[in-house]
Amino acid sequence: MTEARENQREYDIVIIGGGPAGLAAGLYAARGRHRTLLIERGVIGGQISLTELVENYPGVPTINGFDLAQTMLKQSESYGMETEYSAVAGIEKAGAKWLVKTEPGDMLAKAVIVTSGAEYNRLGIPGEERLTGKGVSYCATCDAAFFKEQDVAVVGGGDAAMDEGLFTTRYADRVTVIHRREELRASAILQDRAFANPKMQFKWNTVVEEVLGDREVTGVRVRDVVTGQRSEIPLAALFIFIGQHPNTDFLKGLVRMDAGGHAIVDEWMRTDQPGLFAAGDVRQNSARQVASSVGDGVTAAIAADHYITDKFSEQPAAALATANRQP
Amino acid sequence: MAKPADVNDSEWDREVLKSELPVLVDFWAPWCGPCRMVAPIVEELADEFSGKVAFYKLNTDDNVDTASKYGIRSIPTLLVFKDGQIVDQLIGFRPKSDLKRSLEKALS
Repeated sequence: MTEARENQREYDIVIIGGGPAGLAAGLYAARGRHRTLLIERGVIGGQISLTELVENYPGVPTINGFDLAQTMLKQSESYGMETEYSAVAGIEKAGAKWLVKTEPGDMLAKAVIVTSGAEYNRLGIPGEERLTGKGVSYCATCDAAFFKEQDVAVVGGGDAAMDEGLFTTRYADRVTVIHRREELRASAILQDRAFANPKMQFKWNTVVEEVLGDREVTGVRVRDVVTGQRSEIPLAALFIFIGQHPNTDFLKGLVRMDAGGHAIVDEWMRTDQPGLFAAGDVRQNSARQVASSVGDGVTAAIAADHYITDKFSEQPAAALATANRQP
Repeated sequence: MAKPADVNDSEWDREVLKSELPVLVDFWAPWCGPCRMVAPIVEELADEFSGKVAFYKLNTDDNVDTASKYGIRSIPTLLVFKDGQIVDQLIGFRPKSDLKRSLEKALS
Protein backbone atom coordinates (compact mmCIF):
# COMPACT_ATOMS: atom_id res chain seq x y z
CA MET A 1 0.00 0.00 0.00
CA THR A 2 1.40 3.37 -0.96
CA GLU A 3 -1.43 5.83 -0.40
CA ALA A 4 -0.90 8.72 2.02
CA ARG A 5 -1.65 7.92 5.67
CA GLU A 6 -3.81 10.13 7.78
CA ASN A 7 -3.28 8.51 11.13
CA GLN A 8 0.25 9.62 11.93
CA ARG A 9 1.39 9.16 15.52
CA GLU A 10 4.27 10.89 17.32
CA TYR A 11 6.77 9.29 19.67
CA ASP A 12 10.14 10.08 21.15
CA ILE A 13 11.59 6.64 20.52
CA VAL A 14 10.32 3.98 18.14
CA ILE A 15 11.83 0.51 18.48
CA ILE A 16 11.56 -1.92 15.57
CA GLY A 17 11.55 -5.54 16.73
CA GLY A 18 10.36 -7.17 19.97
CA GLY A 19 13.20 -9.56 20.80
CA PRO A 20 15.42 -9.20 23.89
CA ALA A 21 17.28 -6.17 22.46
CA GLY A 22 14.07 -4.31 21.65
CA LEU A 23 12.34 -5.19 24.93
CA ALA A 24 15.37 -4.03 26.94
CA ALA A 25 15.63 -0.81 24.91
CA GLY A 26 11.91 -0.26 25.52
CA LEU A 27 12.31 -0.69 29.27
CA TYR A 28 15.06 1.92 29.48
CA ALA A 29 13.38 4.32 27.03
CA ALA A 30 10.05 4.14 28.88
CA ARG A 31 11.68 4.47 32.30
CA GLY A 32 13.49 7.54 30.90
CA ARG A 33 10.01 9.05 30.42
CA HIS A 34 10.23 8.93 26.66
CA ARG A 35 7.06 8.27 24.75
CA THR A 36 8.05 4.85 23.45
CA LEU A 37 6.56 2.52 20.84
CA LEU A 38 7.75 -1.00 20.13
CA ILE A 39 6.73 -2.49 16.77
CA GLU A 40 6.72 -6.27 16.34
CA ARG A 41 5.68 -8.03 13.12
CA GLY A 42 5.44 -11.55 14.55
CA VAL A 43 5.98 -13.06 17.96
CA ILE A 44 7.27 -11.10 20.97
CA GLY A 45 10.63 -12.53 21.97
CA GLY A 46 11.73 -13.25 18.41
CA GLN A 47 14.06 -16.22 18.28
CA ILE A 48 13.87 -16.91 22.03
CA SER A 49 10.10 -17.41 21.87
CA LEU A 50 10.89 -20.66 20.07
CA THR A 51 13.51 -21.72 22.60
CA GLU A 52 12.44 -24.42 25.02
CA LEU A 53 14.92 -23.49 27.73
CA VAL A 54 17.13 -20.45 28.21
CA GLU A 55 19.85 -21.52 30.64
CA ASN A 56 22.47 -18.81 30.16
CA TYR A 57 20.72 -15.58 31.09
CA PRO A 58 22.47 -14.52 34.31
CA GLY A 59 20.24 -14.46 37.37
CA VAL A 60 17.66 -16.76 35.82
CA PRO A 61 18.83 -20.40 36.14
CA THR A 62 16.35 -21.81 33.60
CA ILE A 63 13.28 -20.36 31.95
CA ASN A 64 11.15 -21.11 28.92
CA GLY A 65 12.04 -18.60 26.18
CA PHE A 66 8.44 -17.56 25.54
CA ASP A 67 7.87 -16.95 29.27
CA LEU A 68 11.06 -14.88 29.54
CA ALA A 69 9.93 -12.71 26.61
CA GLN A 70 6.45 -12.24 28.09
CA THR A 71 7.98 -11.21 31.42
CA MET A 72 10.21 -8.66 29.68
CA LEU A 73 7.23 -7.33 27.71
CA LYS A 74 5.11 -6.85 30.83
CA GLN A 75 8.00 -5.14 32.60
CA SER A 76 8.54 -2.68 29.74
CA GLU A 77 4.81 -2.02 29.31
CA SER A 78 4.44 -1.37 33.03
CA TYR A 79 6.53 1.78 32.50
CA GLY A 80 4.38 2.95 29.62
CA MET A 81 5.92 1.38 26.56
CA GLU A 82 3.29 0.93 23.84
CA THR A 83 3.27 -2.08 21.52
CA GLU A 84 2.04 -2.31 17.95
CA TYR A 85 1.88 -5.54 15.94
CA SER A 86 2.78 -4.77 12.35
CA ALA A 87 5.54 -5.14 9.79
CA VAL A 88 7.61 -2.06 8.95
CA ALA A 89 7.47 -1.09 5.29
CA GLY A 90 10.32 1.42 5.50
CA ILE A 91 12.01 4.29 7.30
CA GLU A 92 12.34 7.80 5.91
CA LYS A 93 13.95 10.98 7.09
CA ALA A 94 11.40 13.67 8.04
CA GLY A 95 13.29 16.84 8.86
CA ALA A 96 15.19 16.22 12.09
CA LYS A 97 12.97 13.20 12.83
CA TRP A 98 12.33 9.78 11.35
CA LEU A 99 9.15 8.43 9.81
CA VAL A 100 8.53 4.72 10.36
CA LYS A 101 5.93 3.35 7.94
CA THR A 102 3.65 0.57 9.22
CA GLU A 103 0.31 -0.94 8.32
CA PRO A 104 -1.71 0.97 10.98
CA GLY A 105 -0.05 4.28 10.05
CA ASP A 106 3.12 6.33 10.02
CA MET A 107 5.02 6.75 13.27
CA LEU A 108 7.08 9.92 13.68
CA ALA A 109 10.07 9.50 16.00
CA LYS A 110 12.92 11.60 17.33
CA ALA A 111 15.06 8.45 17.48
CA VAL A 112 14.65 4.95 16.07
CA ILE A 113 16.26 1.83 17.51
CA VAL A 114 16.38 -1.07 15.06
CA THR A 115 16.29 -4.41 16.88
CA SER A 116 14.74 -6.49 14.11
CA GLY A 117 16.99 -9.47 14.78
CA ALA A 118 17.81 -12.31 12.50
CA GLU A 119 15.92 -15.03 10.75
CA TYR A 120 16.88 -18.65 10.11
CA ASN A 121 18.45 -19.53 6.78
CA ARG A 122 16.75 -21.92 4.42
CA LEU A 123 18.62 -24.59 2.51
CA GLY A 124 17.07 -23.51 -0.79
CA ILE A 125 16.67 -27.06 -2.10
CA PRO A 126 13.81 -28.76 -3.98
CA GLY A 127 10.97 -29.86 -1.73
CA GLU A 128 11.94 -27.61 1.17
CA GLU A 129 9.33 -24.91 0.74
CA ARG A 130 6.60 -27.24 -0.54
CA LEU A 131 6.92 -29.52 2.52
CA THR A 132 7.34 -26.82 5.18
CA GLY A 133 4.79 -27.63 7.87
CA LYS A 134 4.55 -31.17 6.46
CA GLY A 135 7.75 -32.47 7.98
CA VAL A 136 10.18 -29.68 7.09
CA SER A 137 10.55 -27.51 10.18
CA TYR A 138 12.70 -24.70 11.56
CA CYS A 139 11.40 -25.14 15.12
CA ALA A 140 11.83 -28.47 16.87
CA THR A 141 10.26 -27.06 20.03
CA CYS A 142 7.07 -26.46 18.05
CA ASP A 143 6.90 -29.55 15.91
CA ALA A 144 8.95 -32.42 17.39
CA ALA A 145 5.92 -33.86 19.22
CA PHE A 146 4.33 -34.79 15.89
CA PHE A 147 7.07 -37.33 15.23
CA LYS A 148 6.73 -39.72 18.16
CA GLU A 149 8.68 -42.95 17.64
CA GLN A 150 9.76 -41.97 14.16
CA ASP A 151 13.10 -41.30 12.46
CA VAL A 152 13.96 -37.66 11.90
CA ALA A 153 17.04 -35.62 10.97
CA VAL A 154 18.55 -32.31 11.97
CA VAL A 155 20.66 -30.32 9.51
CA GLY A 156 23.50 -28.23 10.95
CA GLY A 157 26.37 -28.44 13.41
CA GLY A 158 25.95 -25.41 15.66
CA ASP A 159 24.36 -24.80 19.05
CA ALA A 160 20.85 -24.50 17.65
CA ALA A 161 21.15 -27.80 15.76
CA MET A 162 22.36 -29.67 18.89
CA ASP A 163 19.86 -28.00 21.21
CA GLU A 164 16.91 -28.75 18.99
CA GLY A 165 18.21 -32.22 18.10
CA LEU A 166 18.46 -33.10 21.78
CA PHE A 167 14.94 -31.79 22.37
CA THR A 168 13.66 -33.91 19.49
CA THR A 169 15.02 -37.11 21.09
CA ARG A 170 12.22 -36.82 23.67
CA TYR A 171 9.81 -37.87 20.94
CA ALA A 172 11.64 -39.41 17.97
CA ASP A 173 13.23 -42.87 18.01
CA ARG A 174 16.28 -41.73 16.11
CA VAL A 175 17.67 -38.28 15.35
CA THR A 176 20.33 -38.14 12.63
CA VAL A 177 22.45 -35.02 12.58
CA ILE A 178 23.42 -34.26 8.98
CA HIS A 179 26.43 -31.96 8.87
CA ARG A 180 28.51 -30.80 5.91
CA ARG A 181 31.77 -30.88 7.88
CA GLU A 182 33.43 -33.61 9.95
CA GLU A 183 33.20 -31.82 13.26
CA LEU A 184 30.61 -29.78 15.10
CA ARG A 185 30.73 -26.04 15.68
CA ALA A 186 28.46 -26.30 18.75
CA SER A 187 29.72 -25.42 22.24
CA ALA A 188 31.51 -28.19 24.16
CA ILE A 189 28.70 -28.75 26.67
CA LEU A 190 26.13 -29.31 23.92
CA GLN A 191 28.49 -31.56 21.96
CA ASP A 192 29.02 -33.71 25.06
CA ARG A 193 25.28 -34.04 25.58
CA ALA A 194 24.69 -34.86 21.92
CA PHE A 195 27.40 -37.54 21.72
CA ALA A 196 26.18 -39.09 24.98
CA ASN A 197 22.58 -39.39 23.77
CA PRO A 198 21.93 -42.89 22.39
CA LYS A 199 19.20 -41.63 20.06
CA MET A 200 21.53 -39.19 18.30
CA GLN A 201 23.44 -40.33 15.21
CA PHE A 202 25.83 -38.35 13.05
CA LYS A 203 26.26 -38.24 9.31
CA TRP A 204 29.41 -36.24 8.60
CA ASN A 205 30.56 -34.49 5.41
CA THR A 206 27.05 -34.73 4.04
CA VAL A 207 24.75 -32.18 2.41
CA VAL A 208 21.01 -32.49 1.79
CA GLU A 209 20.11 -32.00 -1.87
CA GLU A 210 16.38 -32.65 -1.91
CA VAL A 211 13.50 -33.23 0.46
CA LEU A 212 11.41 -36.16 -0.73
CA GLY A 213 7.72 -36.74 -0.28
CA ASP A 214 4.43 -36.08 -1.99
CA ARG A 215 2.07 -34.77 0.70
CA GLU A 216 4.48 -35.14 3.60
CA VAL A 217 8.18 -35.76 4.12
CA THR A 218 9.21 -39.36 3.46
CA GLY A 219 12.97 -38.86 3.24
CA VAL A 220 15.88 -36.84 1.93
CA ARG A 221 18.40 -37.25 -0.86
CA VAL A 222 21.91 -36.55 0.42
CA ARG A 223 25.40 -36.33 -1.04
CA ASP A 224 28.68 -37.24 0.64
CA VAL A 225 30.92 -34.25 -0.13
CA VAL A 226 34.11 -36.36 0.10
CA THR A 227 33.14 -39.33 -2.10
CA GLY A 228 30.46 -37.54 -4.12
CA GLN A 229 28.16 -40.51 -3.55
CA ARG A 230 24.41 -39.87 -3.38
CA SER A 231 21.95 -41.80 -1.25
CA GLU A 232 18.47 -41.56 0.22
CA ILE A 233 17.58 -41.59 3.91
CA PRO A 234 13.97 -42.39 4.86
CA LEU A 235 12.72 -39.82 7.39
CA ALA A 236 9.48 -38.39 8.73
CA ALA A 237 10.89 -34.94 9.40
CA LEU A 238 13.80 -32.65 8.61
CA PHE A 239 14.65 -29.93 11.12
CA ILE A 240 16.86 -27.23 9.60
CA PHE A 241 19.27 -25.11 11.70
CA ILE A 242 21.95 -23.70 9.39
CA GLY A 243 22.51 -20.21 10.72
CA GLN A 244 20.68 -16.98 10.19
CA HIS A 245 20.67 -13.66 8.37
CA PRO A 246 19.83 -10.20 9.76
CA ASN A 247 16.41 -8.69 9.02
CA THR A 248 17.69 -5.47 7.48
CA ASP A 249 16.01 -5.35 4.06
CA PHE A 250 14.09 -2.22 5.05
CA LEU A 251 17.39 -0.46 5.93
CA LYS A 252 19.13 -1.12 2.60
CA GLY A 253 20.62 2.05 1.17
CA LEU A 254 19.84 3.95 4.34
CA VAL A 255 22.61 2.91 6.75
CA ARG A 256 26.08 1.51 6.26
CA MET A 257 26.12 -2.29 6.35
CA ASP A 258 28.66 -5.08 6.07
CA ALA A 259 28.59 -7.70 3.30
CA GLY A 260 26.30 -9.91 5.40
CA GLY A 261 23.68 -7.15 5.73
CA HIS A 262 24.47 -6.30 9.38
CA ALA A 263 24.23 -2.63 10.34
CA ILE A 264 27.61 -1.14 11.20
CA VAL A 265 27.45 0.67 14.55
CA ASP A 266 29.84 2.29 17.01
CA GLU A 267 30.14 1.37 20.70
CA TRP A 268 26.95 3.38 21.42
CA MET A 269 25.00 1.38 18.82
CA ARG A 270 24.88 4.45 16.57
CA THR A 271 24.60 3.85 12.82
CA ASP A 272 26.02 6.43 10.43
CA GLN A 273 22.58 8.12 10.40
CA PRO A 274 21.98 10.53 13.33
CA GLY A 275 19.09 9.33 15.50
CA LEU A 276 19.12 5.83 14.01
CA PHE A 277 20.48 3.09 16.27
CA ALA A 278 20.86 -0.68 15.76
CA ALA A 279 21.19 -3.27 18.53
CA GLY A 280 21.28 -7.05 18.94
CA ASP A 281 21.55 -9.57 16.10
CA VAL A 282 21.06 -6.92 13.38
CA ARG A 283 24.36 -5.25 14.12
CA GLN A 284 27.81 -6.25 13.00
CA ASN A 285 29.81 -8.43 15.43
CA SER A 286 26.88 -9.23 17.70
CA ALA A 287 27.62 -12.03 20.16
CA ARG A 288 24.05 -13.26 19.42
CA GLN A 289 23.11 -14.09 23.00
CA VAL A 290 20.05 -13.04 25.00
CA ALA A 291 22.30 -11.31 27.52
CA SER A 292 24.41 -9.47 24.94
CA SER A 293 21.30 -8.37 23.04
CA VAL A 294 19.79 -7.03 26.24
CA GLY A 295 23.04 -5.10 26.85
CA ASP A 296 22.96 -3.73 23.30
CA GLY A 297 19.35 -2.61 23.70
CA VAL A 298 20.11 -0.82 26.95
CA THR A 299 23.15 0.91 25.41
CA ALA A 300 21.10 2.04 22.41
CA ALA A 301 18.31 3.40 24.63
CA ILE A 302 20.77 5.41 26.72
CA ALA A 303 22.47 6.72 23.57
CA ALA A 304 19.06 7.62 22.10
CA ASP A 305 18.18 9.45 25.32
CA HIS A 306 21.38 11.52 25.07
CA TYR A 307 20.77 12.16 21.39
CA ILE A 308 17.20 13.40 21.98
CA THR A 309 18.31 15.64 24.84
CA ASP A 310 21.12 17.15 22.77
CA LYS A 311 19.13 17.64 19.63
CA PHE A 312 15.60 18.41 20.76
CA SER A 313 15.75 20.16 24.14
CA GLU A 314 16.99 23.54 25.26
CA GLN A 315 18.69 22.02 28.26
CA PRO A 316 22.26 20.78 27.62
CA ALA A 317 22.63 17.02 27.89
CA ALA A 318 25.50 17.18 30.35
CA ALA A 319 23.46 19.19 32.84
CA LEU A 320 20.51 16.84 32.49
CA ALA A 321 22.64 13.74 32.91
CA THR A 322 24.06 15.18 36.12
CA ALA A 323 20.59 16.07 37.36
CA ASN A 324 19.42 12.53 36.67
CA ARG A 325 22.20 11.09 38.75
CA GLN A 326 20.92 12.78 41.92
CA PRO A 327 19.30 10.22 44.20
CA MET B 1 -16.49 -11.58 23.95
CA ALA B 2 -17.05 -14.54 21.62
CA LYS B 3 -14.36 -17.06 22.45
CA PRO B 4 -13.38 -19.95 20.19
CA ALA B 5 -14.92 -23.15 21.59
CA ASP B 6 -12.89 -26.32 22.11
CA VAL B 7 -13.67 -29.07 19.65
CA ASN B 8 -12.59 -32.71 19.96
CA ASP B 9 -12.32 -35.76 17.70
CA SER B 10 -15.86 -36.97 18.38
CA GLU B 11 -17.50 -33.57 17.81
CA TRP B 12 -15.47 -32.79 14.70
CA ASP B 13 -17.93 -33.91 11.98
CA ARG B 14 -20.94 -32.29 13.61
CA GLU B 15 -19.35 -28.98 14.61
CA VAL B 16 -16.86 -28.36 11.82
CA LEU B 17 -17.71 -30.35 8.70
CA LYS B 18 -21.50 -29.87 8.93
CA SER B 19 -21.36 -26.23 10.01
CA GLU B 20 -23.55 -23.86 8.02
CA LEU B 21 -21.07 -21.03 8.60
CA PRO B 22 -17.47 -21.08 7.42
CA VAL B 23 -15.26 -22.41 10.21
CA LEU B 24 -11.78 -21.50 11.41
CA VAL B 25 -10.01 -24.16 13.49
CA ASP B 26 -6.90 -23.32 15.49
CA PHE B 27 -4.74 -26.45 15.95
CA TRP B 28 -2.65 -25.89 19.06
CA ALA B 29 -0.97 -27.53 22.06
CA PRO B 30 -0.13 -26.21 25.52
CA TRP B 31 3.65 -26.55 25.01
CA CYS B 32 3.75 -24.47 21.82
CA GLY B 33 4.95 -20.88 22.33
CA PRO B 34 3.77 -19.41 19.02
CA CYS B 35 0.34 -21.00 19.62
CA ARG B 36 0.00 -18.88 22.77
CA MET B 37 0.71 -15.85 20.61
CA VAL B 38 -1.88 -16.75 17.96
CA ALA B 39 -4.65 -17.45 20.50
CA PRO B 40 -5.44 -13.80 21.38
CA ILE B 41 -5.53 -12.84 17.70
CA VAL B 42 -7.98 -15.65 16.97
CA GLU B 43 -10.10 -14.44 19.92
CA GLU B 44 -10.20 -10.92 18.48
CA LEU B 45 -11.24 -12.28 15.10
CA ALA B 46 -13.93 -14.43 16.74
CA ASP B 47 -15.37 -11.17 18.04
CA GLU B 48 -15.07 -9.30 14.76
CA PHE B 49 -16.54 -12.14 12.67
CA SER B 50 -19.15 -13.13 15.25
CA GLY B 51 -22.24 -14.59 13.53
CA LYS B 52 -20.40 -14.89 10.21
CA VAL B 53 -17.66 -17.42 10.94
CA ALA B 54 -17.57 -20.17 13.60
CA PHE B 55 -14.32 -20.45 15.59
CA TYR B 56 -12.94 -23.59 17.21
CA LYS B 57 -9.66 -24.70 18.74
CA LEU B 58 -8.39 -28.26 18.73
CA ASN B 59 -5.77 -29.50 21.16
CA THR B 60 -3.50 -31.73 19.06
CA ASP B 61 -2.20 -33.63 22.12
CA ASP B 62 -5.69 -34.78 23.08
CA ASN B 63 -7.11 -35.21 19.58
CA VAL B 64 -4.49 -37.10 17.64
CA ASP B 65 -6.99 -38.64 15.18
CA THR B 66 -8.16 -35.34 13.72
CA ALA B 67 -4.67 -33.82 13.75
CA SER B 68 -3.22 -36.75 11.82
CA LYS B 69 -6.22 -37.00 9.47
CA TYR B 70 -5.43 -33.47 8.29
CA GLY B 71 -1.67 -34.10 8.20
CA ILE B 72 -0.89 -31.51 10.89
CA ARG B 73 2.90 -31.62 11.36
CA SER B 74 3.46 -28.12 12.64
CA ILE B 75 1.56 -25.87 14.99
CA PRO B 76 0.05 -23.40 15.09
CA THR B 77 -1.87 -24.40 11.98
CA LEU B 78 -5.15 -22.67 11.17
CA LEU B 79 -7.55 -24.38 8.78
CA VAL B 80 -10.50 -22.58 7.22
CA PHE B 81 -13.44 -24.79 6.19
CA LYS B 82 -16.43 -24.01 4.01
CA ASP B 83 -19.12 -26.69 3.52
CA GLY B 84 -16.78 -29.28 5.02
CA GLN B 85 -13.94 -28.50 2.60
CA ILE B 86 -10.60 -26.87 3.44
CA VAL B 87 -10.46 -23.51 1.67
CA ASP B 88 -7.33 -22.15 3.33
CA GLN B 89 -4.44 -23.30 5.47
CA LEU B 90 -2.15 -21.02 7.48
CA ILE B 91 0.93 -22.67 8.98
CA GLY B 92 2.99 -20.96 11.69
CA PHE B 93 2.51 -17.56 13.25
CA ARG B 94 0.88 -15.07 10.88
CA PRO B 95 -0.05 -11.43 11.47
CA LYS B 96 -3.71 -10.64 12.08
CA SER B 97 -4.07 -9.03 8.64
CA ASP B 98 -3.27 -12.37 6.93
CA LEU B 99 -5.90 -14.17 8.99
CA LYS B 100 -8.46 -11.50 8.29
CA ARG B 101 -7.83 -11.68 4.56
CA SER B 102 -8.27 -15.44 4.62
CA LEU B 103 -11.64 -15.16 6.41
CA GLU B 104 -12.86 -12.43 4.08
CA LYS B 105 -11.98 -14.65 1.13
CA ALA B 106 -13.92 -17.55 2.68
CA LEU B 107 -16.97 -15.30 3.08
CA SER B 108 -16.93 -13.90 -0.46
